[in-house]
Order: sequence, then C-alpha cells, then structure tokens
Amino acid sequence: MSRRKTERLLNLVICLLATRRPLSAEQIRQAVPGYDREGDEAFQRMFERDKNELREIGIPIEVHKDPWEDDPGYIIRRQAYELPEITLEPDEAAVLGLAAQVWQRASLAEAAGGALLKLRAGGVQTDESGLGTLELRVDTRDPAFPALWEAVRDRRAVRFDYRAAGSGAVLTRTLEPWGVVSRRGRWYVVGFDRDRGEPRVFRLSRIAGEVTPVGKPGAVRVPEGVNLREMVGYRDDMTLPERSALLRVRRGTCEGLRQLAQRVEPGQGEWDEVELVFADPERLAGWLASLGADVQVISPPDARDAVIRRLKGAMAS
Amino acid sequence: MSASTDRLPRLLALVPYLMSHQGAQVPEVAKIFGLTEKQLIDDLQLVWMCGLPGHTPGDLIDVSWDGGEILIENAETIARPLRLGVDEASALLVALRMLLEFPEFAEVGDRDALARVIAKLERAAGEGAAAVSSQVAVEVDSAPDALAVVKDALRAGRRLSLTYYVPGRDEVTPREVDPMRVVVADGRPYLEGWCYRAEAVRLFRLDRMLEVRILDVPADPPEEAEPLDVTEGVFRPSPSDELVELEVTPAGRWVAEYYPCEEVTELGEGRLRVTLRARDRGWLVRLALRLGDTGKVVAPESLAETVREHASAALALYDAPCAEG
Repeated sequence: MSRRKTERLLNLVICLLATRRPLSAEQIRQAVPGYDREGDEAFQRMFERDKNELREIGIPIEVHKDPWEDDPGYIIRRQAYELPEITLEPDEAAVLGLAAQVWQRASLAEAAGGALLKLRAGGVQTDESGLGTLELRVDTRDPAFPALWEAVRDRRAVRFDYRAAGSGAVLTRTLEPWGVVSRRGRWYVVGFDRDRGEPRVFRLSRIAGEVTPVGKPGAVRVPEGVNLREMVGYRDDMTLPERSALLRVRRGTCEGLRQLAQRVEPGQGEWDEVELVFADPERLAGWLASLGADVQVISPPDARDAVIRRLKGAMAS
Repeated sequence: MSASTDRLPRLLALVPYLMSHQGAQVPEVAKIFGLTEKQLIDDLQLVWMCGLPGHTPGDLIDVSWDGGEILIENAETIARPLRLGVDEASALLVALRMLLEFPEFAEVGDRDALARVIAKLERAAGEGAAAVSSQVAVEVDSAPDALAVVKDALRAGRRLSLTYYVPGRDEVTPREVDPMRVVVADGRPYLEGWCYRAEAVRLFRLDRMLEVRILDVPADPPEEAEPLDVTEGVFRPSPSDELVELEVTPAGRWVAEYYPCEEVTELGEGRLRVTLRARDRGWLVRLALRLGDTGKVVAPESLAETVREHASAALALYDAPCAEG
C-alpha cells in the first residue's frame, strides 16, 4: 500500500500529539503534508478515512465541539495515547516471554507479538527464551474463534448455525456470549441463549458457517458471579447413577481396562473376571466394543446389548 | 486492514524502540521487528520524511544509520509507544492466567512473578483488557503425580524409567526416556524426551504414565534429538501413514472433532465422509469397532474386511452359550 499514505498518517499522529489545543480540520489540512493538495471534498473524505484507520489501530483521537466554533476540533491526548511506564524484573520478563508464545494461530499470536514489541519499544526488558524446559501451546483452530473472541470483547450478541451433538440437526442460535473456555483441547462458548431463554454452552467445533454479530456492541451484560468453567465442566452423564459391570477379559490383554477395574480375579481357561464401575452404558459400550474379542460383557443386560449392537453394526458395514 | 495500517503501528513502535536503544544495529533491530534489513532501511527512510508541522529540517525526525548503527533525534512527540490494545493485552493476560492455573509448573517464585506481571499489565492496559481476559479461560488438567518426578529428573538431568499406557493400541510398555522438556498443549501436560525404545523424540502424556522412576543414569539424549515442532498440534500424522476413508452418521461425527482429518465432506442429514491418516492398523480397527453402527470403513477394503473379522470374532463370544466351558 502507498508509502505516501503511511507518511501522511504518521505526520497526522505527530501533529495531533504535538498540539496543545484541538485543531480544526482546516488547520490540520494546512499542517499535514499530503492534505494540502486536495480539493475540499476529496480532503473531507480522506480525513474521515484516516481518522477511522487511526482509531482502528487503537489511537485515541478526541473530538471537541466548542459551542463558539462552527467546526469540531481534534487532538490526541498524550496520557491516553502513551504506554505507561512499566518495568519488569528478570523473573517477570521470563514468564511474560513464555506467555507471549502460547497462542498458535494468527489472530492472538499477532496480538501477543504486537504487545511484546510495544513493551520492548517502551524500554521494557523482555526475555523470549522462555523457561527452557517448559513450553505451552494453545490452539484456536476453530474458524468460529476469532468472531466469538470479538463478540466477547465487544459485549455483543451473535447468531450462528449449530449442529446438535447426536442428531446432526442444524438450528440457528442467538446467543449473548459471556465467555469462551478451552477444556481438554476443545473450545466452548458460554452465554445466554435467547431462543431458549436460559444459559447454555456450545462447542465451537459444532458451529457451522459464519458467526454474525447481532445488535449493538456493549449490549451484553455478564451476570455477576457466573462461573464459566463450571458451566463447561458439567456433563449430562454426571446425573446418571454409577453401576457395576461384570466382564470377562482375556488374560494378558486390555491393560487400560485392568488399570481402572475395581477387581480382577482369575476365571476359567484363558479368562479373568473383572468388575468395572460405569455410568453411561453407551460410553462403556463404545470402549468395550473397541477391544473386540478380548472382552465379553456378562452383566448388566443394557451394557451387554449396547456392545452387541455396535459389533453387529461393525459387521454390517 | 490495509498494508499501510499494518506499517503504521510498526513505525509507532520502531521509533520509541530506537529512542530507547540509541546506537542499535540494523541487523538486530530488523530481527526484532521481523523485517529484512532492506525493509528496515525503507522504514527509516520513511520516518526521516516525517515530523512536526512546518516540516522544516528542524521539525523533521533525524535518523541516521551510518555503518549500521542507528541514531535517532527530534522524535520526542512519539518517543513512547502506543498503549496496549485490548486484544494485545488480553492475549498476554489470558496466557498468564493459564500459567497461574498450572500450579505444578511454577516454583513459588514463578507464581509470585506471574501475579506481579498480571498486575502490571492490567494497570498498563486499562479496564477493557482486564474484563475480556477474565472471560476467556484455558483450563489446565490438574497435573498427575508424575509431574513432580519428571520435573525432578529434568532438574537433575537424569534418565527416567516409565511404564507407559498407549490406549490406541491398548498396550503397556516399559520405556527408558531422557527427558528434554515439559510441553503443555491445549491444557494437557506432556513429557518430551528421547525414547530409547523408539530411538526418537517422543511426547508422553503425563496422565498415561502408570509408573515413573528416576534412574541413576545421567540423561544424555543423542545429538539428533531435536525438540518437536508442536506449533501445528501435538498429533501430526505423517504423509507416509495409511490413508483411510470413513463414513459416519450424526452420532459418529465426533471422529472429525477428535482426530486431525485430511478431508471432511458433508453428505447431508448430518452424515460425514472423513479422510484421515493413521500409522497403526490396530488403532483403526478399534476405532471402527467403537463406531459400530454409527460409522463404517469405506476404503481401503482390506481394512473393512479386518474390521468385520474382529467384529465377528467378538460376536461369537455372545453366540455360544457353551463358551463357558
């Protein structure tokens, strides 16, 4: 993009920072090279665009409307613009360097890198060598992540298509987002579901297509004392009662299952008898079916039937 | 955002950097800002054209890079960097809070340092960032007991003896590992080290270590033991792994969410065709058995056949009442 424009914007920033009193558009036009050659209308358009671009990168341009003047005045207050003085001890610099490397995808990785550059530019000693024997990574691969981060940041409602877990049916949801949480490598958005009229949790990987903002920024209010993590940690099968399953397990196999068993005793022939506690028979059946002919469910009948159903399904495929 | 609005924030950080590091060298500064030396010089030339209204020589920023040593004057107006944006501060704050959540990571001093940095950043960034960063959380699994032993071994530079469980193969194997570092990816802690069994660098999930013991042998990973690149995720199938095609019903869609897939195609009514690579046939057979009536192997046919054989053998256990004898 044009070098001339970057020059003009930089000169505009310096001009608005250096001035003691707010400057009118006309004064700015005289002071900043690049505006002076333009006609009135072209200048107005250009100046509007430039102000927006500066605001987009976080430069606080104040507008003053003086009742005695026809035109508003513009100024950048040093105090609002400048990074406050900050100093870091070496141990603080090391953890900050580690934190800056956590994000793996463009949006947040760039933001973290940009923050570190500003701190360094402000004379802060940073240390990007990390802590040597520790590396932390968080992935935000879900396409819906950037839009939801922005919605949470701007306190703005969103609309998206969501695929239900079991049926695959897609329904449009309108959500007032309270926050996003990563749990075991998966991202969830928590908020108030306007269609259902109650708080809900959605998994980002099940959002189909675009997340679009709805209504004005600042409209979402996060209730006091809401615990996002608790909401995400809650699973339906937690309400199922724990039961005990009796299994026959081929000797020398199914190591993982044996580790979790309540009881393992030698049975007949090449079999051991194993007792295992479970809550959700379908979850248990998926696991046991995957172990094939090394395990057989004796009881309870619903878990046994669920395994047989899966195996028959695998036969038919 | 246009390229010029990318360049402007850089210039607004570059000038303060040069002001606070008078005499910095061109190559060093280029590296810090992620630029080629030519790009940096171009930035300096641009800065040199800018300055206070009036734009007489006395108003312009004066910058020189004779002999590669950068000196800058007359840039007091923009001598301080722009304050941190909400996204910038939040990205750091969320990551720092995650570190704070991982108590076993931190020595007492580290925890203290974390709290201090968080307080300083919150002050420097203002309210917005503090609010956002409390609404974005990365949960860290509570680290299993193994972590303490692993950390001791790392600190003392000793080899580890592991009893390690691989659920994909349902296998428990003894391993001797020279520890290299702890990697926390997506909230889960792993040990990275040279595995003498695999003769390669491997990641071991700490919660799958059934036993871990420090050996009285110094850790001595061979020279070719390079840290793994985990920037694209912990599990990366190799291009030489077998390519497998599955079709799943809505109840089997979790496969596409759990495993890195080469290709995922919607087939309508919530059904998916999933193409993925896997090193281990045993793992694939288990996956297909687990899916049962919620998915099937489309290709290769030989894998589908193996799945049917395993399913049939398992079903036979239930068919034969005389299996008891």
